[in-house]
Amino acid sequence: MNDAMVSRRGFVKGSALAGLGVAVAGGGAFSLFGCSSQGEQQTGASEPTESAEQVFWGHCSVNCEGRCSLQLHVKDDEVVWVESDNTGDDEYGNHQIRACLRGRSIRRWINHPDRLSVPMKRVGKRGEGKFEQISWNEAFDMLAENYTRILDEYGPESIWNHYASGVNASNIGSFLSRFINMNGGCLGRYGSYSSAQISAALPYLYGTRAANSNSDIVNSKLVVMFGENSVETKAGGAGPTYHLEQALEQGGAKVIVIDPRYSDTVATRADQWIPIRPGTDAALVDAVAYVLISEDLVDHDFLAKYCIGYDEDSMPESAKGQNKSYKAYIMGEGADAVAKTPAWAEAITGVAADTITELAREIGTAKPCAIYQGKGPQRQSNGEQTARAICMLPVLTGNVGINGGNTGSDLDGFYFSTFSVPTGDNPVETKIATFTWTDAIDHGTDMTKLANGVRGKDKLEVPIKMIFNYAGNTITNQHSDINRTHEILQDESKCEFIVVWDTFLTDSAKYADLLLPDLMPVEQPNFVSNDYAGNMGFIIMGQPVTSPKFERKTLYSVLSEVADRMGMKDEFTEGRDEQAWLEYCYEEARKKDSELPTFEEMLAQGIYRRKDPDGHHVALKDFRDDPEANPLETPSGKIEIYSEALEEIVATWELAEGDIINPLPVYAPGVEGFDDPLRETYPLQMPGYHYKARAHSSYGCIDVLKQAAPQELWINPVDAESRGIADGETVKVYNDRGTVEILAKVTPRILPGVVSMGQGAWHEADMAGDKVDRGGCINTLTSLRPTPLAKANPQHTNLVEVAKL
Amino acid sequence: MAQYGFHFNAQRCTGCKTCMLACKDFHDLPSAISFRQVYEYGGGAWSQNDRGLWTQDCFAYYLSVSCNHCSDPACTKVCPTGAMHKGEGGLVSVDRKKCIGCGYCALSCPYRAPKVDRSQGFSVKCDGCASRVLAGEKPVCVEACPLRALDFGEVSDLREAFGDAADLAPLPPSDATQPNLAITLPRHAARAAEGSIENAREIV
Repeated sequence: MNDAMVSRRGFVKGSALAGLGVAVAGGGAFSLFGCSSQGEQQTGASEPTESAEQVFWGHCSVNCEGRCSLQLHVKDDEVVWVESDNTGDDEYGNHQIRACLRGRSIRRWINHPDRLSVPMKRVGKRGEGKFEQISWNEAFDMLAENYTRILDEYGPESIWNHYASGVNASNIGSFLSRFINMNGGCLGRYGSYSSAQISAALPYLYGTRAANSNSDIVNSKLVVMFGENSVETKAGGAGPTYHLEQALEQGGAKVIVIDPRYSDTVATRADQWIPIRPGTDAALVDAVAYVLISEDLVDHDFLAKYCIGYDEDSMPESAKGQNKSYKAYIMGEGADAVAKTPAWAEAITGVAADTITELAREIGTAKPCAIYQGKGPQRQSNGEQTARAICMLPVLTGNVGINGGNTGSDLDGFYFSTFSVPTGDNPVETKIATFTWTDAIDHGTDMTKLANGVRGKDKLEVPIKMIFNYAGNTITNQHSDINRTHEILQDESKCEFIVVWDTFLTDSAKYADLLLPDLMPVEQPNFVSNDYAGNMGFIIMGQPVTSPKFERKTLYSVLSEVADRMGMKDEFTEGRDEQAWLEYCYEEARKKDSELPTFEEMLAQGIYRRKDPDGHHVALKDFRDDPEANPLETPSGKIEIYSEALEEIVATWELAEGDIINPLPVYAPGVEGFDDPLRETYPLQMPGYHYKARAHSSYGCIDVLKQAAPQELWINPVDAESRGIADGETVKVYNDRGTVEILAKVTPRILPGVVSMGQGAWHEADMAGDKVDRGGCINTLTSLRPTPLAKANPQHTNLVEVAKL
Repeated sequence: MAQYGFHFNAQRCTGCKTCMLACKDFHDLPSAISFRQVYEYGGGAWSQNDRGLWTQDCFAYYLSVSCNHCSDPACTKVCPTGAMHKGEGGLVSVDRKKCIGCGYCALSCPYRAPKVDRSQGFSVKCDGCASRVLAGEKPVCVEACPLRALDFGEVSDLREAFGDAADLAPLPPSDATQPNLAITLPRHAARAAEGSIENAREIV
């Protein structure tokens, strides 16, 4: 920490705040109410005081994609309460970047007595959680020695920079990539735990994954959302939840939500709820398409001009004359000779045929109509087919590339001035699907291009031998099948060294060989730019709110020391500290965008907003306006309803039994779906959902959040009664992979035959004993079997049984 | 005399509880004490038709409520010491020097606003963030709401802007204590009589 950083760290409340036109809370004068005791009722920061209270800008850096602003009030080097954005007039379009319940509770995380405070090395078995304090010098040596040894012995392809999303500041986590790339790189990864299936699937249709800004719903007549619940998942006040609210309040569109749960989005935004069996959305779409085609509600001009594969006329040469078109498949003229009628879909989806017909007529006649999907439908065993199929509704009705429409994909928005620290390129070209890292530890050299999605090489030549895990809980808690993962990781002959940086002893951190106490993003120089934020982008710059407590260090300072031991400190640091890097990166961004405030201005103002100059982002608008000049990035340059590239994959890949990839964007049953014979043993489908109590597992140990939004299993009264379960009782949820004990919330807000628990609760089990998870972590029950195309996490596809304890 | 109150827009509210947690942060409250509650209220039932299909008529809405700084408060009437009092701005608060922690206020209030903090031995409750209001700000819950579903001000102004509805299940009838609360009713308000509180374990 340099002097400049300290001096810039904040400003005394009252001076700078007044300059922003913000009134100061908690002052001593109390004239309106006289000298009653009301002031005494206030506690903490609001007590009348003359001691200096400073306010620091920062942001909530977790991965809900909100990136909300914080103003942290600090007294005597302690955060005493947390405000969010209260600047400006809050008029929609220039509105405040208000944090949600999570960001508003960050003080309890920062000041938590259980935070990691000293560097430690493992002394028990991996996963036991037994550690011993060591000095920082020992820690630096241990990391440098193990890293050097494993690099020498196995090469950079054995190194894994683990998927992690606990810190989303632009200027913090990417130092790890910089460090690793300078040392020869690591095994690459593609796809995420969030959106791997939709990201893999949509490029075959559109050449890209893209969506309208959801603020554009103000221009829609009808909005149909499949499993979209950003109302809860991205609850911040400048994110999609507020844009949706304003767009509907001002535009008045009708809203239909298709979801197995009566989610908060259904409760508070929907005119109609269509409950559906998990994993069957694509069958519903097929039947809607059947009605659209039968009743001539499709946009023939759009299909002819912009698409291939709709009917025989637009099939590519390789597939002509074989009844392989979309229309042929839907109408029952394809290879399976089954018409995808509403009655056909009713048996699969559980949605009444007349409801499907009515939905189709509404979609076919509302102009424009916005079709959105959340990321839940795609995070399933057949998620790639589902994600692509949903997009057929806007394609068939010509709602792509226009205001008030959408591609059928998930949210998008307006972005500007994103940056990360310069990481260099990863010299290793071999990649695996992110989700398959446990396979790469356990049997890496068996993994091939055609069977396991290895890229850059026909097969992996070396297993993963070392894991760098910065601010992530995806080693166990957010990965799948925790009990199996535990077994793989316990074998120290496989993965030989795991280094973890975190603020808590998370379940993943228990698997560290070296565990290092991190600083929170708000405790170091920090910068972030918006993720999904409708048509108002923003950036936030913050400074350390307090001095580092105990022996906690930034990632950067640790890596600088290790780089020093590996003889590359100067190359790694270029002589900069954290603050100098932030300034360097920001100035580089300003060179490309001169309208950005100066660095000094950003330090003072903390936030900077910018409205989309185009009004609302409209995905594929250029293509819609002029398809000749602006072709898509598909092989044909058009929307590929039939994909020859996928046909090639079907012909060449070695797919596991039950895995289906179809060149058409249509329904395919998924492994462990509603029609799996396994339902005779485990009759209930159990998707997870993103819960207001947490962003994934972040904030999972904060007591006030656990009280306000307790971890519970949603179960319909029909299913509860047949099992003798009453609301509030503890039940066990189990399948062949594990057992979770959890409170039952008996509620009509979920389809019979389906139960659900919020994902991200902290795994809490005796892994040397019964392994029963009493923390309610869904990944005790999820599967390691990757999906067909993306080789990704099917974490919402689970069959379970529930019983009273 | 000015009478302050809250506006709650049930059409905007998503039940996220940011109001409740911002309040807990600002007033440094533990898990067991909340000055603001968020009710999940709903109902509906499922039945299976002759084709084996499930049909339902579910509904749910959220209701965020704190002390309503009533014009005819129950808590002040039962307070044996006068600690619970209606002060300037019509805001109801506790004079800690007088409070003996008997808990009558907590028992009497139909909105569950006052609680006895046993660790301190006196009652605590929402005071409308009096110190913030004095400084020209809104209460912290209002300023925090991501959906801009809360407002605070002179209740006559709020009622003029948003109407004077103050009755919505599971709240008690407004004629009991004359709460200074203006509610924009949720889309499912017409079905309120059929419902029940769905998140009793979250109410403290």
